[in-house]
Amino acid sequence: MHLHKYEKVWLTFGMASLVIFLLIIGFAAFWKGTHPQSHLETIDQNNVEAHDSFKPENLGLTEVADGKYKVNIVASAFNYDFGVDKDEKAVKTIRVPQGSTVLFTITSKDVVHGFQVAGTNVNMMVEPGHISRYEAVMKNKGEFTIVCNEYCGIGHHQMFGKVEVY
Amino acid sequence: MDGTENNLRLFPKKDARLYMSFMYVTFVSLLVGGLMGLLQTFVRSGRFTLPFNINYYTILTVHGVILGLVLTTFFILGFQFALMGKTVGISDKQRNAGWVSFWMMLVGTVMTAVTILVGQANVLYTFYAPLAAHPAFYIGLALVIIGSWVGAFTNFRQLYVWKKAHKGEKSPLLAFMVVINMLMWVIASLGVAIAVVVQFIPWSLGYTETINVLVSRTLFWYFGHPLVYFWLLPAYMAWYAIIPKIIGGKLFSDSLARLAFILLLMFSIPVGFHHQLTEPGIDPTWKFIQVVLTMMVVIPSLMTAFSIFATFEIAGRKKGFSSLFGWFKKLPWGDVRFFAPFVGMVAFIPGGIGGIINASHQMNALVHNTIWITGHFHLTVATTVILTYFGIAYWLVPHLTGRRLTKQLNKLGIIQTIIWTVGMTIMSTAMHIQGLLGGPRRSAYSEYAGGAQVDTWIGYQLAQAIGGTILFIGILLMTYIFIKLTFFAPRGVEEFPIAAEDEDAQVTPKILENWYLWIGITIALIAFAYTIPMIDIIKHSPPGSIPFKWPIGRM
Repeated sequence: MHLHKYEKVWLTFGMASLVIFLLIIGFAAFWKGTHPQSHLETIDQNNVEAHDSFKPENLGLTEVADGKYKVNIVASAFNYDFGVDKDEKAVKTIRVPQGSTVLFTITSKDVVHGFQVAGTNVNMMVEPGHISRYEAVMKNKGEFTIVCNEYCGIGHHQMFGKVEVY
Repeated sequence: MDGTENNLRLFPKKDARLYMSFMYVTFVSLLVGGLMGLLQTFVRSGRFTLPFNINYYTILTVHGVILGLVLTTFFILGFQFALMGKTVGISDKQRNAGWVSFWMMLVGTVMTAVTILVGQANVLYTFYAPLAAHPAFYIGLALVIIGSWVGAFTNFRQLYVWKKAHKGEKSPLLAFMVVINMLMWVIASLGVAIAVVVQFIPWSLGYTETINVLVSRTLFWYFGHPLVYFWLLPAYMAWYAIIPKIIGGKLFSDSLARLAFILLLMFSIPVGFHHQLTEPGIDPTWKFIQVVLTMMVVIPSLMTAFSIFATFEIAGRKKGFSSLFGWFKKLPWGDVRFFAPFVGMVAFIPGGIGGIINASHQMNALVHNTIWITGHFHLTVATTVILTYFGIAYWLVPHLTGRRLTKQLNKLGIIQTIIWTVGMTIMSTAMHIQGLLGGPRRSAYSEYAGGAQVDTWIGYQLAQAIGGTILFIGILLMTYIFIKLTFFAPRGVEEFPIAAEDEDAQVTPKILENWYLWIGITIALIAFAYTIPMIDIIKHSPPGSIPFKWPIGRM
């Protein structure tokens, strides 16, 4: 098949850029460990409390080491359960100091949800029977809105929370 | 037979009636779906509530299903039937099969649409399990898909019969392209058909208790990405084989066009994981492999871009413009059959760049399920594809109704294209920015916790309502043009512009029509990309999910 000379130049340039591009994202993924959230653990969605992370007393924020935190969440239509505070009131805001490393672990009791801490790289699908997990360093101070970004029913837009980095 | 003569010969009435039927449904869908889009942007502006207790997610579902699945599929089948009729002909039996296809799809569409409108299917066009719509929603969708298969196999048969009568000749380019697109469609929609028929229908009827959520999502996205190429390839058909004729040129290269379509067939299907990048339960290595396969589409896209601009330049230079860019000024800017698709091509530059970002493994986490994605596909499908479809309709509809695209209607078409461009620039740009700030897609108006972050993005929703309003004016104008072209334009013969090959064109290699080879490679690639991860997903399945009706407002 005949290819015009300019077309050969164009396609060679295009394909070379493509190879470089794929090498960069491949390097970032496999050597730097920046894969998207792909946790492989499953769970019985009808009995999430049986899993240690989702026992009612383990929900919400826990400091595991200096500057290291974990946040466990159970999603259900149309709410994120971050546990309760000292006064037995539902927690809606997670407060962590600037620069801390936070491991978010979340699962769903019913339908598919999303979990995005807007303005950060924390963005996960949350599915019944699966556990989603993503670790992020909260580098910037401020208030970050948590939004459910996968349609979960007619109350979907009322499903949210907040992360405060102080 | 002389190509030009054939271009000017109208279809027999009974053929034209079939092709036109698909066009009626297309433009009714445009009006209905467009109205829903307008209402959505109004609700999201925060200054408007829907009357009669209509739910936001009902109109969102109608918008997605009617525009994404119904308008596109009907236009594509009608257009492709017309292309096949023009290039390889249609027999009485094949025409009857065409009607069977049309009616199955129409019955399915009405069933699905009614189920959504009565509030029994607020599940959006992706209908993710375990949200459970009324069974009629899934049965209607299955009918649309199966009806489209009847159309596909009729197209295969049309080319087969032609080939038998023309031993040793290469198939007409457009017929070849139609068959590629329909092959891709059948192979891809098998995934969603299996999900709907084997998983959703028995589950929604109560014959099975639970559904495997991740399997259903994976089957959906196995179909979901080739779906967008199924929309795009008819636009490519026009760019490769019709636009050259409109601008007074010839085909750039028959074999290059065929090769691009073959590559699109091979690399459109084994790529669905790039819609599932942030999902649990799928190994990230397999996600990456599918990202690499996704990016292969860059190659036929670059080939297409080159051919199109080469065609423009060659046509311009033949008219005697020798300066470096002089030929560009002399393109037929006043001809809407060229101008509308051209704007579509331009929109594909930011659209394509956005697509590369979305499918970039890690970068996706920044935009996944934000309204950036909505902005992205309103550039690709709702500008590139739809403006090219409009560009086709300006000559196809009058060709089918035996009327003429008058100067005045042509001018209205140009105005329509400009209105569309302005409206979409405002709406899509606002969506892209809001998405980068973190604003989610598929959500009714919400101030969430009312934080400072929400303040940064909520204003863009007003901009989207302004863009949406302008776009709806464009839809009204397009509907008016369609009605004029169908019923009122003066009688005459509008050309069916199919470009011819250059007399001294190179011979097209025979291997490009070796169907066994290309279908074989396509299936092998799919098997490579999906077998192991699919086995993993099934082997490590959690308990299945029961149907959830109450979250979508079903009792």
